[in-house]
Amino acid sequence: MSFLFLFISAVLVNNFVLNRFLGICPFFGVSKKLDTALGMTFAVIFVMTIASIITWLIQYTILEPFDLAYLQTIVYILVIASLVQLVEMIIEKVSPVLYNNLGIFLPLITTNCAILGVALLNIQYNFSFFEMFVFSFGSAVGFGLALVLFSSIREKIELADVPYYFKGLPIAFITAGILALAFMGFTGLIKIG
Amino acid sequence: MKYRIFVKGLWENNAVFKQVLGMCPVLAVTTSAINGIAMGVASTVVLVCSNMVVSLIKNIIPSKVRIPTYIVVIAAFVTIIDLLMNAYFHDIHKVLGLFVPLIVVNCMILGRAESFASKNNLSNSIMDGLGVGIGFTMALFLLGSIREILGNGSIFNFYILSENFEPAVIMILPPGAFITLGFLLFLVNYIDDIGKHKE
Repeated sequence: MSFLFLFISAVLVNNFVLNRFLGICPFFGVSKKLDTALGMTFAVIFVMTIASIITWLIQYTILEPFDLAYLQTIVYILVIASLVQLVEMIIEKVSPVLYNNLGIFLPLITTNCAILGVALLNIQYNFSFFEMFVFSFGSAVGFGLALVLFSSIREKIELADVPYYFKGLPIAFITAGILALAFMGFTGLIKIG
Repeated sequence: MKYRIFVKGLWENNAVFKQVLGMCPVLAVTTSAINGIAMGVASTVVLVCSNMVVSLIKNIIPSKVRIPTYIVVIAAFVTIIDLLMNAYFHDIHKVLGLFVPLIVVNCMILGRAESFASKNNLSNSIMDGLGVGIGFTMALFLLGSIREILGNGSIFNFYILSENFEPAVIMILPPGAFITLGFLLFLVNYIDDIGKHKE
């Protein structure tokens, strides 16, 4: 499968949030304002790509040769948690501007199931290194796309006259449902196994 | 007292309806009632076990590394459940797929460890785990049954609606999950408000 197809399918067809339901917590948590959504998007793209590369390398250089594949879950979550800490420290040193923009979102990413999800999917689909890279990056971009679209809609909803009991999360969920419906239009675009 | 902790977990601390935590499995696996229950039971077992261990070791964990410790404890139990389900309930394990290992990052479980088990004794923590876990299972079951009935016309694979009923397939597709949960949260808001007026 060509890399372009893989990328498009990860971004649009099998969108992480709207089709696979990964990363729902930040999707609803930080989507109230467009600015924070953008910050979260960049933090996720950054961490997701790096975490996938590292977990993929660990899987094929340590876990499989030593027959430790059953430790996958524990190892991955530890890698992701410490990676997030490390990335936070490095960014703080290298680029204080970026740190100020991403700062608060980095710790939140540890519990973002999209990160662990993409790491596990990479192994499940038996991806080669470059396929893994394209898929992880595409998934992160797809997550960002959904998050930015959704937060723009939510900013508008703030101004609308929503029935009292629907205010807040109920209307947000229904909006997400309609957005997911729109994304289903991409289903026929590409078929991925 | 213990009974009260259990009941509190069912409704007041309900992860899905009240705290809106652990949404990924809630939306993803509730395509049918049975899947919802399986996911709920798996999460409950992990929750009770992790609550138990966290409450036992709460005094020996330095507070700075407590969150990583909790995550390792939870990950260990998730691995056990994952392997057990794969061995004894292979079909359902296949359906739930990715979401079994992802119980690790279910914020509900980490949330209970941090906010309850790390401050309470063993028996209270077990009761809390059971209450919250069963509340979570009920929510998944409710969501799963609604989606299965509307989307497939059946419940637990028994067809209960007449032949004339045209299933709305959208309900078992991803958008249906969001919309159903939106309406359920609306109902929760409504019921809560009625409760307040009575007081």
